[in-house]
Amino acid sequence: MNWSRLFSQGGYAFYVWGSYGLALLAMGGEVIFLLRRKKSLTGTHRTGKQ
Amino acid sequence: MAKRKINWYKYASPANFYPLAGKMIPWFAIPAALLFVVGMYVGFFVAPTDFQQGDAYRIIFIHVPAAWMGMFLYVLMALYAGVGWAFNARLSSMMASSLSFTGAMFTFLSLVTGSLWGKPTWGTWWVWDARMTSTLILLFLYIGFISLQSAIDDPRRADRAGAVLALVGVINVPIIYFSVQWWNTLHQGATIRLLNKPTMAPPMLAAMLIMLAACWLYSIAVVLMRLRCIILEREQNAAWLTELAA
Repeated sequence: MNWSRLFSQGGYAFYVWGSYGLALLAMGGEVIFLLRRKKSLTGTHRTGKQ
Repeated sequence: MAKRKINWYKYASPANFYPLAGKMIPWFAIPAALLFVVGMYVGFFVAPTDFQQGDAYRIIFIHVPAAWMGMFLYVLMALYAGVGWAFNARLSSMMASSLSFTGAMFTFLSLVTGSLWGKPTWGTWWVWDARMTSTLILLFLYIGFISLQSAIDDPRRADRAGAVLALVGVINVPIIYFSVQWWNTLHQGATIRLLNKPTMAPPMLAAMLIMLAACWLYSIAVVLMRLRCIILEREQNAAWLTELAA
């Protein structure tokens, strides 16, 4: 498969890359959200100790 | 061989499990990332174009793993919720709460990728077909579990209420699984069965199984990450946490 075939997906680019784009968004978003949640929790904990 | 004795009960306590979970996360997260890359490579560069569906079929490499994860994680969530309820094990209930979000995410993903696959191949984004309807119900069960838990202030009461809902809802999982056999549906039947040979070209099957493994490892990593957050939130006043922060 060459690069232009890869991008066009035989005319199904919107559906195929749309699916993988959403998957990346959902999973990447989950990870980023959890990292921030963790950071805010440990952060408040440290300041709360004083 | 020297017999090592591990006191498993030790890790039933959030205080002991918290650091262990932290050590476990990279062991799942890194292989998950690698397997996603390998799975995408096999799925897009090795697997051939389907003679009927063209390249649209490549959605399968995320759609099927997402749908399976949605079901697996639900059963796992119900088990943990049930154990937490029956044995009054709060870490087990926290695990159920943690699983619910990732399970809901995968179920949502299976529905939208299915929709994106249905449009070019069936000509419609959605039909009220048995499998799709039961999967939508699965998403509602997850949302119900999450909202029920967040609506109750006392965490242990929230755990018990969630456990009842999760356990009753388990009935939906075999309904989803067998829906393509029990009803005449638009959704295609199972491609992979336990005892039959899969009706798929080997590289297609390989890509799908690699992506499934990646999704499993990803799920374990994020569920542990969330579990650590839940432990921190729930045990905020516990002495061990204050010691840890020092």
